[in-house]
Amino acid sequence: MADLKFVGRSVPRKDAVDKVTGTAEFIDDRFLGPLIYAKMKKSTVPHGKIKKLDISKAQAHPGVKAVMTGKDYPNKIGLYLVDRDFVAVDKVRFIGEPIAIVAATSERAALEAVELIDVEYEELPGVFDPREGMKTGSPLVHDDLEAYERVPIFYPVPGTNISNHFKLRKGDVEKGFAEADLVIERDYYVPQMQHVPIETHKAAAHWSPGGKLTVWSTAQSPNVVRQLLAKAFDLPLHNIRIISSYIGGGFGCKAGASLEGLVIPLAIKFPGYVVKIVFNREEDMQGTFMRQGLYSNLKTGVRKDGRITALEYKMVWDGGAYTEYGVNIVRAAGYSSTGAYDIPNVKTDSYCVYTNNSIGGPVRGFGMCEMQWGIERQIEVIAKELKMDPLEVRLLNGMKEGSTTASGQVVHHVAYDKCLKTVAEKVGWGKKEGKFRGKGIAGLVKCPAQPSNAASSAIIRINEDGSAHVMIGATEMGQGMLTAISQIAAEGLNIPLEKIDIKVPDTDFTPYEWQSVGSRVTYTCGTAVKRAAADALGQIYTVASNLLEVPKEDLSFDGKVVYSTKDKNIKATIREVADSCKKCSGEGIAGPIIGRGSFVPTNMTNLDPETGQGNPGLFYCFGATAVEVEVDPETGVITILQLASSIDAGKAVNPQLCHAQLRGGVIMGLSTALYEEVKFDQGVMLNRNFTDYKIAAIDNIPQLDSFIIETPEENGPYGARGIGEQPMIGVAPAIANAVCDALDIDVHTFPLTPERVWQAIKAKK
Amino acid sequence: MTKKVIVNFTVNGDHETREAEVGQTLLRFIREELHLTGTKEGCEIGECGACTVLLEGKPVNSCLVLAVELEGKELVTIEGLSKNGELDKLQQAFIDKFAFQCGYCTPGMIMAAKALLDRNPNPTDQDINVALSGNLCRCGAYQEIREAIKASAIK
Repeated sequence: MADLKFVGRSVPRKDAVDKVTGTAEFIDDRFLGPLIYAKMKKSTVPHGKIKKLDISKAQAHPGVKAVMTGKDYPNKIGLYLVDRDFVAVDKVRFIGEPIAIVAATSERAALEAVELIDVEYEELPGVFDPREGMKTGSPLVHDDLEAYERVPIFYPVPGTNISNHFKLRKGDVEKGFAEADLVIERDYYVPQMQHVPIETHKAAAHWSPGGKLTVWSTAQSPNVVRQLLAKAFDLPLHNIRIISSYIGGGFGCKAGASLEGLVIPLAIKFPGYVVKIVFNREEDMQGTFMRQGLYSNLKTGVRKDGRITALEYKMVWDGGAYTEYGVNIVRAAGYSSTGAYDIPNVKTDSYCVYTNNSIGGPVRGFGMCEMQWGIERQIEVIAKELKMDPLEVRLLNGMKEGSTTASGQVVHHVAYDKCLKTVAEKVGWGKKEGKFRGKGIAGLVKCPAQPSNAASSAIIRINEDGSAHVMIGATEMGQGMLTAISQIAAEGLNIPLEKIDIKVPDTDFTPYEWQSVGSRVTYTCGTAVKRAAADALGQIYTVASNLLEVPKEDLSFDGKVVYSTKDKNIKATIREVADSCKKCSGEGIAGPIIGRGSFVPTNMTNLDPETGQGNPGLFYCFGATAVEVEVDPETGVITILQLASSIDAGKAVNPQLCHAQLRGGVIMGLSTALYEEVKFDQGVMLNRNFTDYKIAAIDNIPQLDSFIIETPEENGPYGARGIGEQPMIGVAPAIANAVCDALDIDVHTFPLTPERVWQAIKAKK
Repeated sequence: MTKKVIVNFTVNGDHETREAEVGQTLLRFIREELHLTGTKEGCEIGECGACTVLLEGKPVNSCLVLAVELEGKELVTIEGLSKNGELDKLQQAFIDKFAFQCGYCTPGMIMAAKALLDRNPNPTDQDINVALSGNLCRCGAYQEIREAIKASAIK
């Protein structure tokens, strides 16, 4: 793939000047007025019937325009399982759940009125541990689970709290264990975490009496928000307009729909006003998606030579009060349950369980950080038992060209071994550097978790001067989509990058994009854009051919001029071609050039309901992480001495952007490995701010080494695949493996706080 | 009605006289009264640094300062950094080093870095880590931020 002019170059970001000058427009920076401010009354018990809800004093408070309760919202909402009330109806299921929405002409009046709402509950026994919650006879978080509408690839267990039981059966697991020389069985636990983008969730809505709803939202996925709101409020799609701005960090919590629906009945009630809702930090931490907790059990059979013969993986997920999105994380972790390894015999059961904790949902990695923690710790224990090098065990069992995943999908263009060797070499693998020092390595893999027909589309408008507008429905939340997609467009059109304009979506004007999630946009939206560029370029040649009377196949375009390759003097400028081209005689040839492209996967299939076998992966992205640590044996404090991460990007559309994204993912992974754990006590979230919920700051970050490997993805645009989530996955297990190596200790969970490490040291003594 | 107070101050070099609500934070005053929306709200309780501005040349969390405290003082926000369309050297360094992703913490990050460079033109990694430890970046651009600050330092 020689001679790329735009793809593969570290051009500056499209949003660069906006973002360093403070002129970048986020949702809250738009002038929307006249405004109505909405605030939530939130539940104070984790599980209970609402016995009394008196809103009369709040309604009478000066400045208050209306108070809405659950019955003002006609339907439930949900992406995969329609189980979620916008505002609680009759019953609350977690602390912080909205039970009324106050709308007032000032924020202060709204806040004051919230305090005047009188609520009484009849408390119900709560479910706080999914392992207990999944048992028959446990209190039910949802009494009518069976009646909920769902996508038919999810399997609730009626009469229980299990909202999805994903089953996978590959090969013959009993035969696999019989072939093993060693069987290791261990439990693991991964706690909930919060995304905490620095910008909280925000939305505003406006209703025109003609029936048009406009919504401004921090949503990652405007088209899915439109689809969900249309269903929940019985509106046709063309009457809902979702407008995106720059998004101040997403990481999954702004996927699907979140708070947008809360203000819609208010907007409809007060046409012409803009009704705005902003979550404060505490509301954002408590009331939006968080990473589901995972209790897991792994039983692995392995031969003396290190080859893994069988895996039995049981996962019990804390889905929280609503699992409308979480059911698919449970599914994705299930169908990927061998991690980066080729294991012939697998039996997996992955359960999504309702609890009265906060709502579980998508987070960077979509179940892979949690599920691969167990895989990567287990391999370490296997290597130790067999007295083998953990890197060797990984290389021996790691996926290669033609390997099969847990779901039986054959993988191609795989350089997992190269990813592992690259980071191992960087940290000086195999050399022990000091008494309290250790090295650890972990692999990783992820495919986008998406419906098999999740689509993308693009429109490219060529202006009269040959510059272009690229219109897409993907959002910009920091990942650099605008830049990478522009580069793909420039490459396809052969138009200089500075002549490409690209904007964030507005569903009335930009074409369909399923969601900006799953590290899929570079591939899916990128493919649609590449096709739109080819379409536009084809039209340029058709028009020029007509104008110059030269066959299309004899034409070439250098970005400014279309010319005959047979005689370069026969030429037309892009202006002449693009500006409603006409012949010398004045007769018109063609109007404006508009390229279009769309994409839907053709390599994905449904999975067998009993065996989980099939092709759920659009593409698989592999990588590896290696770490050297020093641990203070007296205090348990970990110092990261080296951290190297590699990712197989296929083709880095913008290498510097790719490295920045990789290091950002590593930092989030490091933060979860060392600090982050949402703590619940009987449904009460104890750490709801940045003081109690510590995330990595600049002084916690060592120098990181990042490596981009490029094994082209056959069908990706210019060979590219997405890499946004992947770098996070291997960090926690690599650090844990290094800590265990340093002091010959064992850990089953993270974050590896000094106390936890110290406990592990004490347990060994 | 909320009581209002007249405040006289300088913002990004211009003298201003405005009414500020008693109890209004400087952050809200900057965004809602001055309409300078480059300064961002992340937590409103002084934990994230997204609202960092320079008050009398010192970096402050504007969510922890009252608007009435502006009286007689000099305020610089992110909008005051570029002059006549020319980016500040630090802003250019942030672009060159890819020192931001979503860009939401960036104005606060740049103001904190600006304050550091004003008092210490040639900071070490350790100096940068201390000065910026109150500015959270969830996208994890920290390594690039350190590189950008060092690149714009006086060598």
